Amino acid sequence: MNFPAELKYAKTDEWVKVEGKVATVGISDYAQAQLSDIVYVDIALAVGQKASKGSTFASVESVKAAADINLPVSGKVVAVNADLGKTPEVINSDPYGKAWMLKIEMDSPADVNDLMDAPAYEKFCDGRGH
Amino acid sequence: MFIPHTDPEREEMLKTIGVKTLEDLFKDIPEKYRFPKLHLPQGLSEMEALSQVQDYAMANEATRDLPCFLGAGVYNHYIPAAVDNILRRGEFSTAYTPYQPEISQGTLQAMFEYQSLIAALTGMETANASHYDGATATAEAGVMAYHHFRGLRKKIILSPSVNPQYRATVCTYLCGYHDISIVGDETDKDPFSKPDDLIGLIDDQTALVVVQYPDFLGRIFDLSALAKATHEAGALLAVAVNPISLGMLKTPGEFGADIVVGEGQPLGIPLSFGGPYLGLFATRKELIRKVSGRLVGETVDQQGRHGYVLTLTAREQHIRRERATSNICTNEGLMALAASVYLSLLGPQGLKRVAELCYHKAHHAAEMIDEIKGYAVVSGAPFFNEFVVRCPKPVAEINEALLDEGILGGYDLGCDYPALQNHMLIACTEMNTHEEIDYLCEKLEEVSHE
Repeated sequence: MNFPAELKYAKTDEWVKVEGKVATVGISDYAQAQLSDIVYVDIALAVGQKASKGSTFASVESVKAAADINLPVSGKVVAVNADLGKTPEVINSDPYGKAWMLKIEMDSPADVNDLMDAPAYEKFCDGRGH
Repeated sequence: MFIPHTDPEREEMLKTIGVKTLEDLFKDIPEKYRFPKLHLPQGLSEMEALSQVQDYAMANEATRDLPCFLGAGVYNHYIPAAVDNILRRGEFSTAYTPYQPEISQGTLQAMFEYQSLIAALTGMETANASHYDGATATAEAGVMAYHHFRGLRKKIILSPSVNPQYRATVCTYLCGYHDISIVGDETDKDPFSKPDDLIGLIDDQTALVVVQYPDFLGRIFDLSALAKATHEAGALLAVAVNPISLGMLKTPGEFGADIVVGEGQPLGIPLSFGGPYLGLFATRKELIRKVSGRLVGETVDQQGRHGYVLTLTAREQHIRRERATSNICTNEGLMALAASVYLSLLGPQGLKRVAELCYHKAHHAAEMIDEIKGYAVVSGAPFFNEFVVRCPKPVAEINEALLDEGILGGYDLGCDYPALQNHMLIACTEMNTHEEIDYLCEKLEEVSHE
Protein backbone atom coordinates (compact mmCIF):
# COMPACT_ATOMS: atom_id res chain seq x y z
CA MET A 1 0.00 0.00 0.00
CA ASN A 2 1.33 3.36 -1.07
CA PHE A 3 0.84 6.59 0.92
CA PRO A 4 2.83 9.38 -0.81
CA ALA A 5 4.16 11.82 1.77
CA GLU A 6 3.51 14.95 -0.29
CA LEU A 7 -0.27 14.39 -0.33
CA LYS A 8 -3.09 15.07 2.12
CA TYR A 9 -5.91 12.59 2.72
CA ALA A 10 -9.61 12.69 3.64
CA LYS A 11 -11.40 10.19 5.89
CA THR A 12 -13.49 9.29 2.86
CA ASP A 13 -10.28 8.18 1.06
CA GLU A 14 -9.68 11.04 -1.37
CA TRP A 15 -6.19 12.48 -1.76
CA VAL A 16 -5.30 16.13 -2.40
CA LYS A 17 -2.15 17.57 -3.91
CA VAL A 18 -1.76 21.30 -3.27
CA GLU A 19 0.11 23.57 -5.72
CA GLY A 20 -0.47 27.20 -4.80
CA LYS A 21 -4.24 27.76 -4.74
CA VAL A 22 -4.94 24.74 -6.93
CA ALA A 23 -5.76 21.34 -5.42
CA THR A 24 -5.66 18.14 -7.47
CA VAL A 25 -8.04 15.44 -6.23
CA GLY A 26 -8.18 11.66 -6.67
CA ILE A 27 -8.82 8.51 -4.66
CA SER A 28 -6.21 6.70 -2.62
CA ASP A 29 -4.41 3.43 -3.21
CA TYR A 30 -6.27 2.05 -0.19
CA ALA A 31 -9.63 3.01 -1.76
CA GLN A 32 -8.85 1.44 -5.14
CA ALA A 33 -7.69 -1.76 -3.42
CA GLN A 34 -10.91 -1.95 -1.40
CA LEU A 35 -13.06 -1.43 -4.48
CA SER A 36 -11.08 -3.91 -6.65
CA ASP A 37 -11.33 -3.74 -10.46
CA ILE A 38 -12.81 -0.39 -11.39
CA VAL A 39 -14.97 -0.41 -14.50
CA TYR A 40 -16.65 2.99 -14.58
CA VAL A 41 -16.14 6.55 -13.43
CA ASP A 42 -18.69 9.30 -13.67
CA ILE A 43 -17.49 12.81 -12.77
CA ALA A 44 -20.47 15.08 -12.17
CA LEU A 45 -18.63 18.42 -12.20
CA ALA A 46 -17.53 20.43 -15.20
CA VAL A 47 -14.90 23.15 -15.56
CA GLY A 48 -16.18 26.47 -14.18
CA GLN A 49 -18.62 24.92 -11.70
CA LYS A 50 -18.32 25.73 -8.03
CA ALA A 51 -18.70 23.06 -5.40
CA SER A 52 -18.32 22.80 -1.69
CA LYS A 53 -16.30 20.56 0.53
CA GLY A 54 -18.03 17.31 1.40
CA SER A 55 -20.28 17.27 -1.66
CA THR A 56 -20.32 14.23 -3.93
CA PHE A 57 -18.62 15.02 -7.22
CA ALA A 58 -18.11 11.59 -8.78
CA SER A 59 -19.11 7.98 -8.57
CA VAL A 60 -16.86 5.01 -9.17
CA GLU A 61 -18.09 1.53 -9.95
CA SER A 62 -16.05 -1.60 -9.53
CA VAL A 63 -17.01 -5.18 -10.24
CA LYS A 64 -18.30 -5.49 -6.70
CA ALA A 65 -19.41 -2.06 -5.50
CA ALA A 66 -20.27 1.52 -6.30
CA ALA A 67 -18.82 4.37 -4.29
CA ASP A 68 -19.41 8.11 -4.11
CA ILE A 69 -16.36 10.36 -4.21
CA ASN A 70 -16.52 13.51 -2.11
CA LEU A 71 -14.82 16.82 -2.50
CA PRO A 72 -12.20 17.40 0.25
CA VAL A 73 -11.99 21.18 -0.41
CA SER A 74 -14.37 23.92 -1.61
CA GLY A 75 -13.73 25.90 -4.76
CA LYS A 76 -14.09 26.28 -8.52
CA VAL A 77 -13.27 23.47 -10.95
CA VAL A 78 -10.40 24.39 -13.28
CA ALA A 79 -9.78 20.99 -14.90
CA VAL A 80 -11.46 17.58 -15.20
CA ASN A 81 -9.62 14.44 -16.24
CA ALA A 82 -11.70 13.57 -19.30
CA ASP A 83 -9.53 10.53 -20.17
CA LEU A 84 -10.58 8.74 -17.01
CA GLY A 85 -14.01 7.90 -18.42
CA LYS A 86 -12.38 5.87 -21.19
CA THR A 87 -9.71 4.24 -19.01
CA PRO A 88 -11.20 3.81 -15.51
CA GLU A 89 -8.72 0.97 -14.83
CA VAL A 90 -5.89 3.50 -14.30
CA ILE A 91 -7.49 4.21 -10.91
CA ASN A 92 -6.27 0.73 -9.98
CA SER A 93 -2.86 0.97 -11.66
CA ASP A 94 -1.89 4.59 -10.99
CA PRO A 95 -4.20 6.13 -8.38
CA TYR A 96 -1.93 9.07 -7.60
CA GLY A 97 -0.82 9.83 -11.15
CA LYS A 98 -2.91 9.29 -14.28
CA ALA A 99 -6.02 8.78 -12.18
CA TRP A 100 -6.35 12.34 -10.92
CA MET A 101 -9.99 13.39 -11.20
CA LEU A 102 -10.31 17.15 -10.68
CA LYS A 103 -8.22 20.26 -10.28
CA ILE A 104 -9.94 22.83 -8.17
CA GLU A 105 -9.10 26.42 -7.32
CA MET A 106 -9.62 26.54 -3.59
CA ASP A 107 -11.83 29.17 -1.95
CA SER A 108 -9.93 28.70 1.26
CA PRO A 109 -6.55 26.91 1.26
CA ALA A 110 -7.11 26.38 4.98
CA ASP A 111 -9.53 23.56 4.06
CA VAL A 112 -6.43 21.42 3.63
CA ASN A 113 -5.60 21.75 7.31
CA ASP A 114 -8.58 19.53 8.13
CA LEU A 115 -7.06 16.67 6.14
CA MET A 116 -4.65 13.98 7.34
CA ASP A 117 -0.99 13.71 6.38
CA ALA A 118 0.38 10.43 5.05
CA PRO A 119 1.39 8.80 8.36
CA ALA A 120 -1.95 9.72 9.97
CA TYR A 121 -3.89 8.37 7.00
CA GLU A 122 -1.87 5.16 6.93
CA LYS A 123 -2.62 4.67 10.61
CA PHE A 124 -6.28 5.45 9.94
CA CYS A 125 -6.42 2.80 7.20
CA ASP A 126 -4.67 0.18 9.35
CA GLY A 127 -7.20 0.80 12.08
CA ARG A 128 -10.11 -0.04 9.75
CA GLY A 129 -8.95 -3.61 9.17
CA HIS A 130 -10.05 -5.47 6.06
CA MET B 1 -48.85 -27.09 5.08
CA PHE B 2 -45.29 -26.17 5.94
CA ILE B 3 -45.01 -25.22 9.60
CA PRO B 4 -41.42 -24.25 10.33
CA HIS B 5 -41.59 -24.19 14.13
CA THR B 6 -42.18 -27.00 16.62
CA ASP B 7 -44.16 -26.44 19.83
CA PRO B 8 -41.05 -26.52 22.05
CA GLU B 9 -39.43 -23.90 19.78
CA ARG B 10 -42.48 -21.67 20.12
CA GLU B 11 -42.39 -22.06 23.89
CA GLU B 12 -38.76 -21.08 23.93
CA MET B 13 -39.33 -17.99 21.76
CA LEU B 14 -42.26 -16.83 23.90
CA LYS B 15 -40.18 -17.31 27.03
CA THR B 16 -37.29 -15.32 25.53
CA ILE B 17 -39.45 -12.28 24.81
CA GLY B 18 -41.35 -12.67 28.07
CA VAL B 19 -44.83 -13.49 26.77
CA LYS B 20 -46.95 -16.34 28.16
CA THR B 21 -49.07 -17.36 25.19
CA LEU B 22 -49.19 -16.73 21.46
CA GLU B 23 -52.54 -14.92 21.92
CA ASP B 24 -50.79 -12.34 24.13
CA LEU B 25 -48.95 -11.12 21.02
CA PHE B 26 -52.24 -9.89 19.56
CA LYS B 27 -53.62 -8.09 22.58
CA ASP B 28 -53.06 -4.63 21.04
CA ILE B 29 -55.83 -5.46 18.57
CA PRO B 30 -59.27 -4.59 20.03
CA GLU B 31 -60.79 -7.77 21.42
CA LYS B 32 -63.86 -7.78 19.21
CA TYR B 33 -61.63 -7.83 16.10
CA ARG B 34 -59.12 -10.28 17.49
CA PHE B 35 -60.63 -13.62 16.60
CA PRO B 36 -63.74 -12.75 14.54
CA LYS B 37 -66.19 -15.46 13.54
CA LEU B 38 -65.72 -15.93 9.82
CA HIS B 39 -69.00 -17.80 9.19
CA LEU B 40 -67.34 -19.94 6.56
CA PRO B 41 -69.42 -22.65 4.92
CA GLN B 42 -68.71 -26.32 5.55
CA GLY B 43 -65.63 -27.69 3.82
CA LEU B 44 -66.08 -29.20 0.37
CA SER B 45 -64.66 -32.30 -1.25
CA GLU B 46 -62.35 -31.79 -4.22
CA MET B 47 -65.16 -32.85 -6.56
CA GLU B 48 -67.62 -30.40 -5.04
CA ALA B 49 -65.09 -27.58 -4.98
CA LEU B 50 -64.18 -28.09 -8.64
CA SER B 51 -67.82 -28.00 -9.64
CA GLN B 52 -68.39 -24.78 -7.69
CA VAL B 53 -65.33 -23.07 -9.18
CA GLN B 54 -66.43 -24.15 -12.65
CA ASP B 55 -69.81 -22.51 -12.04
CA TYR B 56 -68.03 -19.28 -11.14
CA ALA B 57 -65.84 -19.55 -14.24
CA MET B 58 -68.89 -20.12 -16.45
CA ALA B 59 -70.41 -16.89 -15.15
CA ASN B 60 -67.53 -14.94 -16.72
CA GLU B 61 -68.00 -13.44 -20.13
CA ALA B 62 -64.53 -13.72 -21.60
CA THR B 63 -62.95 -12.52 -24.83
CA ARG B 64 -62.91 -16.18 -25.83
CA ASP B 65 -66.70 -16.11 -26.05
CA LEU B 66 -67.40 -12.56 -27.23
CA PRO B 67 -66.25 -10.46 -30.16
CA CYS B 68 -63.94 -7.91 -28.50
CA PHE B 69 -63.50 -4.32 -29.69
CA LEU B 70 -61.93 -3.13 -26.45
CA GLY B 71 -58.26 -2.13 -26.42
CA ALA B 72 -56.99 1.10 -24.87
CA GLY B 73 -53.61 -0.30 -23.93
CA VAL B 74 -54.03 -4.08 -23.95
CA TYR B 75 -55.21 -6.10 -26.91
CA ASN B 76 -56.88 -9.39 -27.71
CA HIS B 77 -54.35 -11.19 -29.91
CA TYR B 78 -53.96 -14.83 -30.85
CA ILE B 79 -51.41 -16.63 -28.67
CA PRO B 80 -49.76 -19.63 -30.35
CA ALA B 81 -49.99 -22.78 -28.20
CA ALA B 82 -46.21 -23.11 -28.07
CA VAL B 83 -45.96 -19.97 -25.93
CA ASP B 84 -47.80 -21.45 -22.98
CA ASN B 85 -46.19 -24.82 -23.50
CA ILE B 86 -42.70 -23.38 -23.06
CA LEU B 87 -43.77 -21.14 -20.19
CA ARG B 88 -45.04 -24.15 -18.27
CA ARG B 89 -41.71 -25.92 -18.33
CA GLY B 90 -40.60 -26.20 -14.72
CA GLU B 91 -37.11 -24.95 -15.55
CA PHE B 92 -38.65 -21.59 -16.45
CA SER B 93 -41.77 -21.37 -14.32
CA THR B 94 -39.92 -22.07 -11.05
CA ALA B 95 -36.69 -20.21 -11.85
CA TYR B 96 -35.51 -17.74 -9.24
CA THR B 97 -33.52 -14.56 -9.86
CA PRO B 98 -30.44 -15.74 -11.73
CA TYR B 99 -27.84 -14.41 -9.30
CA GLN B 100 -25.84 -17.62 -9.73
CA PRO B 101 -25.00 -17.79 -13.41
CA GLU B 102 -23.45 -21.25 -13.06
CA ILE B 103 -26.90 -22.74 -12.39
CA SER B 104 -29.05 -20.26 -14.35
CA GLN B 105 -27.83 -20.31 -17.94
CA GLY B 106 -31.27 -21.18 -19.37
CA THR B 107 -33.08 -18.31 -17.70
CA LEU B 108 -30.23 -15.91 -18.41
CA GLN B 109 -30.09 -16.82 -22.07
CA ALA B 110 -33.87 -16.39 -22.38
CA MET B 111 -33.56 -12.90 -20.84
CA PHE B 112 -30.66 -12.03 -23.12
CA GLU B 113 -32.66 -13.12 -26.19
CA TYR B 114 -35.63 -11.08 -24.94
CA GLN B 115 -33.46 -7.95 -24.54
CA SER B 116 -32.00 -8.46 -28.03
CA LEU B 117 -35.47 -8.89 -29.56
CA ILE B 118 -36.86 -5.77 -27.86
CA ALA B 119 -33.82 -3.71 -28.86
CA ALA B 120 -34.22 -4.82 -32.49
CA LEU B 121 -37.99 -4.25 -32.46
CA THR B 122 -37.74 -0.72 -31.06
CA GLY B 123 -34.65 0.27 -33.05
CA MET B 124 -32.63 0.91 -29.89
CA GLU B 125 -29.18 -0.25 -28.81
CA THR B 126 -30.11 -1.92 -25.56
CA ALA B 127 -33.10 -3.12 -23.53
CA ASN B 128 -33.44 -4.21 -19.92
CA ALA B 129 -34.92 -7.50 -18.73
CA SER B 130 -38.36 -5.78 -18.34
CA HIS B 131 -40.54 -3.98 -15.83
CA TYR B 132 -44.01 -4.77 -14.45
CA ASP B 133 -46.07 -3.19 -17.23
CA GLY B 134 -46.26 -0.28 -19.64
CA ALA B 135 -47.20 2.17 -16.89
CA THR B 136 -44.28 1.37 -14.57
CA ALA B 137 -41.83 1.24 -17.49
CA THR B 138 -42.95 4.76 -18.47
CA ALA B 139 -42.50 5.93 -14.89
CA GLU B 140 -38.97 4.46 -14.85
CA ALA B 141 -38.20 6.57 -17.92
CA GLY B 142 -39.09 9.62 -15.82
CA VAL B 143 -36.92 8.43 -12.94
CA MET B 144 -34.01 7.73 -15.28
CA ALA B 145 -34.24 11.14 -16.94
CA TYR B 146 -34.30 12.83 -13.54
CA HIS B 147 -31.10 11.04 -12.51
CA HIS B 148 -29.47 11.50 -15.90
CA PHE B 149 -29.57 15.24 -15.28
CA ARG B 150 -28.66 14.73 -11.58
CA GLY B 151 -31.86 16.45 -10.54
CA LEU B 152 -30.78 19.70 -12.21
CA ARG B 153 -33.56 19.61 -14.80
CA LYS B 154 -36.91 19.48 -13.12
CA LYS B 155 -39.52 19.44 -15.85
CA ILE B 156 -41.18 16.45 -17.46
CA ILE B 157 -43.53 16.99 -20.38
CA LEU B 158 -46.26 14.38 -20.76
CA SER B 159 -48.39 14.35 -23.88
CA PRO B 160 -52.13 14.26 -23.09
CA SER B 161 -52.40 11.34 -25.52
CA VAL B 162 -50.15 9.09 -23.43
CA ASN B 163 -52.25 6.34 -21.81
CA PRO B 164 -53.96 7.98 -18.77
CA GLN B 165 -52.83 5.10 -16.52
CA TYR B 166 -49.22 5.61 -17.56
CA ARG B 167 -49.49 9.32 -16.81
CA ALA B 168 -50.99 8.63 -13.39
CA THR B 169 -48.17 6.17 -12.62
CA VAL B 170 -45.49 8.66 -13.71
CA CYS B 171 -47.01 11.19 -11.29
CA THR B 172 -47.15 8.61 -8.48
CA TYR B 173 -43.50 7.59 -8.97
CA LEU B 174 -42.23 11.15 -9.19
CA CYS B 175 -44.36 12.90 -6.57
CA GLY B 176 -41.65 12.36 -3.94
CA TYR B 177 -38.90 13.95 -6.02
CA HIS B 178 -37.87 17.42 -5.02
CA ASP B 179 -39.41 20.26 -7.05
CA ILE B 180 -40.22 18.20 -10.11
CA SER B 181 -42.96 19.56 -12.33
CA ILE B 182 -45.02 17.52 -14.75
CA VAL B 183 -46.67 19.53 -17.49
CA GLY B 184 -48.48 19.08 -20.78
CA ASP B 185 -51.29 16.73 -19.81
CA GLU B 186 -53.63 19.14 -18.02
CA THR B 187 -57.20 17.89 -18.42
CA ASP B 188 -58.37 21.05 -20.16
CA LYS B 189 -55.88 20.36 -22.98
CA ASP B 190 -57.27 19.45 -26.37
CA PRO B 191 -57.22 15.63 -26.37
CA PHE B 192 -56.57 15.73 -30.12
CA SER B 193 -53.41 17.81 -29.78
CA LYS B 194 -50.43 16.55 -31.76
CA PRO B 195 -46.87 15.75 -30.64
CA ASP B 196 -45.57 18.93 -32.29
CA ASP B 197 -47.88 20.97 -30.03
CA LEU B 198 -45.55 20.04 -27.15
CA ILE B 199 -42.54 21.73 -28.77
CA GLY B 200 -43.48 25.11 -27.27
CA LEU B 201 -43.23 23.66 -23.75
CA ILE B 202 -39.66 22.41 -24.13
CA ASP B 203 -36.97 24.53 -22.45
CA ASP B 204 -33.56 24.18 -20.78
CA GLN B 205 -35.26 22.91 -17.61
CA THR B 206 -36.84 19.98 -19.46
CA ALA B 207 -35.46 16.55 -18.57
CA LEU B 208 -37.87 14.39 -20.53
CA VAL B 209 -40.62 14.57 -23.13
CA VAL B 210 -42.99 11.57 -23.19
CA VAL B 211 -45.23 10.69 -26.12
CA GLN B 212 -47.04 7.55 -27.19
CA TYR B 213 -46.80 5.93 -30.64
CA PRO B 214 -49.40 4.99 -31.77
CA ASP B 215 -50.92 7.27 -29.17
CA PHE B 216 -53.71 6.40 -26.73
CA LEU B 217 -56.25 7.43 -29.38
CA GLY B 218 -54.59 5.08 -31.88
CA ARG B 219 -53.07 7.86 -33.99
CA ILE B 220 -49.66 7.72 -35.70
CA PHE B 221 -47.50 10.82 -36.03
CA ASP B 222 -44.06 11.54 -37.41
CA LEU B 223 -41.98 12.30 -34.31
CA SER B 224 -38.90 13.68 -36.11
CA ALA B 225 -39.60 17.36 -35.41
CA LEU B 226 -40.38 16.69 -31.75
CA ALA B 227 -37.19 14.61 -31.38
CA LYS B 228 -35.14 17.40 -32.94
CA ALA B 229 -36.63 20.09 -30.71
CA THR B 230 -36.16 17.88 -27.62
CA HIS B 231 -32.50 17.26 -28.42
CA GLU B 232 -31.82 20.89 -29.25
CA ALA B 233 -32.90 21.71 -25.70
CA GLY B 234 -30.60 18.95 -24.41
CA ALA B 235 -33.54 16.90 -23.11
CA LEU B 236 -34.44 13.22 -23.59
CA LEU B 237 -37.35 11.84 -25.60
CA ALA B 238 -39.28 8.79 -24.37
CA VAL B 239 -41.73 7.02 -26.67
CA ALA B 240 -44.32 4.53 -25.36
CA VAL B 241 -45.15 1.93 -28.01
CA ASN B 242 -47.53 -0.85 -28.88
CA PRO B 243 -44.94 -3.47 -29.90
CA ILE B 244 -47.21 -5.09 -32.51
CA SER B 245 -47.41 -1.82 -34.44
CA LEU B 246 -43.62 -1.86 -34.84
CA GLY B 247 -44.07 -4.85 -37.15
CA MET B 248 -45.04 -2.31 -39.81
CA LEU B 249 -44.18 1.18 -38.53
CA LYS B 250 -40.90 3.08 -38.51
CA THR B 251 -39.18 2.42 -35.17
CA PRO B 252 -38.86 5.12 -32.49
CA GLY B 253 -35.11 4.56 -32.70
CA GLU B 254 -35.22 5.85 -36.28
CA PHE B 255 -37.01 8.99 -35.04
CA GLY B 256 -34.24 9.59 -32.52
CA ALA B 257 -35.96 8.40 -29.33
CA ASP B 258 -33.66 8.13 -26.31
CA ILE B 259 -35.92 5.78 -24.39
CA VAL B 260 -38.60 3.42 -25.68
CA VAL B 261 -41.10 1.98 -23.22
CA GLY B 262 -44.34 0.12 -23.72
CA GLU B 263 -46.81 -2.55 -22.73
CA GLY B 264 -45.54 -5.94 -23.89
CA GLN B 265 -48.88 -7.70 -23.33
CA PRO B 266 -49.72 -7.93 -27.06
CA LEU B 267 -46.67 -10.20 -27.48
CA GLY B 268 -48.20 -13.50 -26.40
CA ILE B 269 -49.57 -12.56 -22.99
CA PRO B 270 -53.26 -13.18 -22.19
CA LEU B 271 -55.66 -10.41 -21.17
CA SER B 272 -56.03 -10.45 -17.44
CA PHE B 273 -57.38 -7.98 -14.94
CA GLY B 274 -54.31 -6.69 -13.12
CA GLY B 275 -51.76 -8.63 -15.15
CA PRO B 276 -49.18 -10.05 -15.02
CA TYR B 277 -48.14 -7.92 -17.96
CA LEU B 278 -44.78 -6.83 -19.32
CA GLY B 279 -43.02 -3.47 -19.20
CA LEU B 280 -40.76 -2.87 -22.20
CA PHE B 281 -37.77 -0.62 -21.63
CA ALA B 282 -35.12 0.10 -24.27
CA THR B 283 -32.59 2.87 -24.58
CA ARG B 284 -29.32 4.05 -26.09
CA LYS B 285 -26.04 2.49 -25.00
CA GLU B 286 -24.84 5.81 -23.64
CA LEU B 287 -27.58 5.75 -20.98
CA ILE B 288 -27.08 2.14 -19.95
CA ARG B 289 -25.65 2.90 -16.50
CA LYS B 290 -28.75 4.84 -15.57
CA VAL B 291 -31.16 2.09 -16.64
CA SER B 292 -33.21 0.70 -13.79
CA GLY B 293 -33.73 -3.00 -13.20
CA ARG B 294 -31.91 -5.99 -14.47
CA LEU B 295 -29.63 -6.43 -17.46
CA VAL B 296 -28.22 -9.68 -18.81
CA GLY B 297 -24.99 -9.68 -20.78
CA GLU B 298 -23.27 -12.25 -22.97
CA THR B 299 -19.73 -13.23 -22.15
CA VAL B 300 -17.24 -16.11 -22.31
CA ASP B 301 -15.98 -18.23 -19.45
CA GLN B 302 -12.34 -19.12 -18.66
CA GLN B 303 -12.38 -21.79 -21.34
CA GLY B 304 -13.81 -19.44 -23.96
CA ARG B 305 -17.33 -20.91 -23.90
CA HIS B 306 -20.39 -18.67 -24.38
CA GLY B 307 -22.23 -17.76 -21.23
CA TYR B 308 -24.68 -15.23 -19.79
CA VAL B 309 -24.57 -13.19 -16.56
CA LEU B 310 -26.38 -10.35 -14.87
CA THR B 311 -24.26 -7.36 -15.77
CA LEU B 312 -23.61 -3.76 -14.74
CA THR B 313 -25.17 -4.65 -11.42
CA ALA B 314 -23.31 -1.84 -9.69
CA ARG B 315 -26.25 0.29 -10.90
CA GLU B 316 -28.71 -1.79 -8.96
CA GLN B 317 -30.28 -1.20 -5.63
CA HIS B 318 -28.89 -4.33 -3.98
CA ILE B 319 -25.36 -2.93 -4.43
CA ARG B 320 -25.89 0.79 -4.66
CA ARG B 321 -28.48 0.92 -1.87
CA GLU B 322 -29.89 4.41 -1.33
CA ARG B 323 -27.70 5.79 -4.10
CA ALA B 324 -29.35 3.59 -6.75
CA THR B 325 -31.33 5.47 -9.39
CA SER B 326 -34.34 3.17 -8.94
CA ASN B 327 -35.63 0.82 -6.26
CA ILE B 328 -36.63 -1.81 -8.80
CA CYS B 329 -35.02 -5.17 -8.03
CA THR B 330 -37.10 -7.47 -10.19
CA ASN B 331 -38.56 -8.05 -13.62
CA GLU B 332 -41.38 -9.99 -15.30
CA GLY B 333 -39.23 -12.98 -16.23
CA LEU B 334 -41.93 -15.37 -17.32
CA MET B 335 -43.82 -12.73 -19.31
CA ALA B 336 -40.58 -11.64 -20.98
CA LEU B 337 -40.06 -15.27 -21.94
CA ALA B 338 -43.59 -15.34 -23.42
CA ALA B 339 -42.72 -12.30 -25.54
CA SER B 340 -39.47 -13.94 -26.68
CA VAL B 341 -41.25 -17.13 -27.70
CA TYR B 342 -44.01 -15.18 -29.45
CA LEU B 343 -41.58 -12.99 -31.41
CA SER B 344 -39.37 -15.96 -32.29
CA LEU B 345 -42.33 -17.97 -33.57
CA LEU B 346 -43.65 -15.11 -35.70
CA GLY B 347 -40.39 -13.68 -36.96
CA PRO B 348 -40.24 -10.24 -38.64
CA GLN B 349 -42.53 -11.37 -41.47
CA GLY B 350 -45.12 -12.89 -39.14
CA LEU B 351 -45.16 -9.83 -36.92
CA LYS B 352 -45.58 -7.60 -39.96
CA ARG B 353 -48.50 -9.77 -41.07
CA VAL B 354 -50.19 -9.51 -37.63
CA ALA B 355 -49.68 -5.74 -37.66
CA GLU B 356 -51.12 -5.44 -41.15
CA LEU B 357 -54.15 -7.54 -40.24
CA CYS B 358 -54.82 -5.29 -37.22
CA TYR B 359 -54.36 -2.19 -39.35
CA HIS B 360 -56.59 -3.30 -42.21
CA LYS B 361 -59.37 -4.68 -40.01
CA ALA B 362 -59.45 -1.47 -37.97
CA HIS B 363 -59.60 0.63 -41.14
CA HIS B 364 -62.34 -1.55 -42.60
CA ALA B 365 -64.34 -1.22 -39.35
CA ALA B 366 -63.76 2.54 -39.22
CA GLU B 367 -65.01 2.98 -42.77
CA MET B 368 -68.15 1.00 -42.05
CA ILE B 369 -68.90 2.69 -38.70
CA ASP B 370 -68.37 6.14 -40.21
CA GLU B 371 -71.23 5.40 -42.62
CA ILE B 372 -73.72 4.60 -39.87
CA LYS B 373 -76.09 7.47 -39.22
CA GLY B 374 -75.28 9.21 -35.94
CA TYR B 375 -71.69 7.90 -35.76
CA ALA B 376 -68.52 9.56 -37.04
CA VAL B 377 -64.86 8.53 -36.96
CA VAL B 378 -63.06 11.62 -35.67
CA SER B 379 -59.45 10.42 -35.20
CA GLY B 380 -58.32 13.15 -37.61
CA ALA B 381 -54.95 11.50 -38.33
CA PRO B 382 -53.55 8.22 -39.66
CA PHE B 383 -54.21 5.45 -37.14
CA PHE B 384 -53.00 1.92 -36.44
CA ASN B 385 -55.56 -0.47 -34.96
CA GLU B 386 -57.66 1.90 -32.89
CA PHE B 387 -59.87 4.86 -33.74
CA VAL B 388 -62.16 7.39 -32.08
CA VAL B 389 -65.88 7.28 -32.82
CA ARG B 390 -68.28 10.05 -31.88
CA CYS B 391 -71.48 8.34 -30.79
CA PRO B 392 -75.12 9.49 -30.65
CA LYS B 393 -75.47 8.37 -27.01
CA PRO B 394 -73.36 7.94 -23.87
CA VAL B 395 -70.80 5.20 -24.43
CA ALA B 396 -71.79 3.35 -21.24
CA GLU B 397 -75.33 3.01 -22.56
CA ILE B 398 -74.16 1.76 -25.95
CA ASN B 399 -71.76 -0.74 -24.37
CA GLU B 400 -74.48 -2.14 -22.15
CA ALA B 401 -76.72 -2.69 -25.17
CA LEU B 402 -73.83 -4.26 -27.09
CA LEU B 403 -73.04 -6.63 -24.22
CA ASP B 404 -76.67 -7.78 -24.28
CA GLU B 405 -76.05 -8.72 -27.90
CA GLY B 406 -72.84 -10.55 -26.99
CA ILE B 407 -70.34 -7.86 -28.04
CA LEU B 408 -67.59 -6.29 -25.92
CA GLY B 409 -67.72 -2.66 -27.03
CA GLY B 410 -64.99 -0.06 -27.08
CA TYR B 411 -63.44 2.16 -24.42
CA ASP B 412 -65.38 5.11 -23.00
CA LEU B 413 -63.00 8.04 -23.59
CA GLY B 414 -65.22 10.34 -21.52
CA CYS B 415 -63.78 8.63 -18.41
CA ASP B 416 -60.37 10.23 -19.03
CA TYR B 417 -61.05 13.22 -21.26
CA PRO B 418 -63.95 15.49 -20.20
CA ALA B 419 -64.08 16.87 -23.76
CA LEU B 420 -64.68 13.38 -25.14
CA GLN B 421 -68.06 12.49 -23.64
CA ASN B 422 -69.93 10.18 -26.04
CA HIS B 423 -66.64 9.18 -27.72
CA MET B 424 -65.68 5.53 -28.01
CA LEU B 425 -62.21 4.15 -28.72
CA ILE B 426 -62.62 1.04 -30.87
CA ALA B 427 -59.81 -1.50 -31.35
CA CYS B 428 -59.48 -4.29 -33.88
CA THR B 429 -56.93 -7.10 -33.99
CA GLU B 430 -56.38 -10.14 -36.18
CA MET B 431 -58.95 -11.88 -33.94
CA ASN B 432 -61.87 -9.79 -35.24
CA THR B 433 -63.51 -11.45 -38.23
CA HIS B 434 -65.33 -9.50 -40.93
CA GLU B 435 -68.55 -11.11 -39.69
CA GLU B 436 -67.90 -9.71 -36.21
CA ILE B 437 -67.31 -6.24 -37.65
CA ASP B 438 -70.55 -6.48 -39.67
CA TYR B 439 -72.39 -7.61 -36.53
CA LEU B 440 -70.95 -4.70 -34.50
CA CYS B 441 -72.09 -2.21 -37.14
CA GLU B 442 -75.54 -3.74 -37.26
CA LYS B 443 -75.92 -3.48 -33.48
CA LEU B 444 -74.46 0.06 -33.30
CA GLU B 445 -77.06 1.12 -35.83
CA GLU B 446 -79.86 -0.52 -33.82
CA VAL B 447 -78.68 1.08 -30.55
CA SER B 448 -78.68 4.55 -32.08
CA HIS B 449 -82.45 4.66 -32.49
CA GLU B 450 -83.51 2.66 -29.46
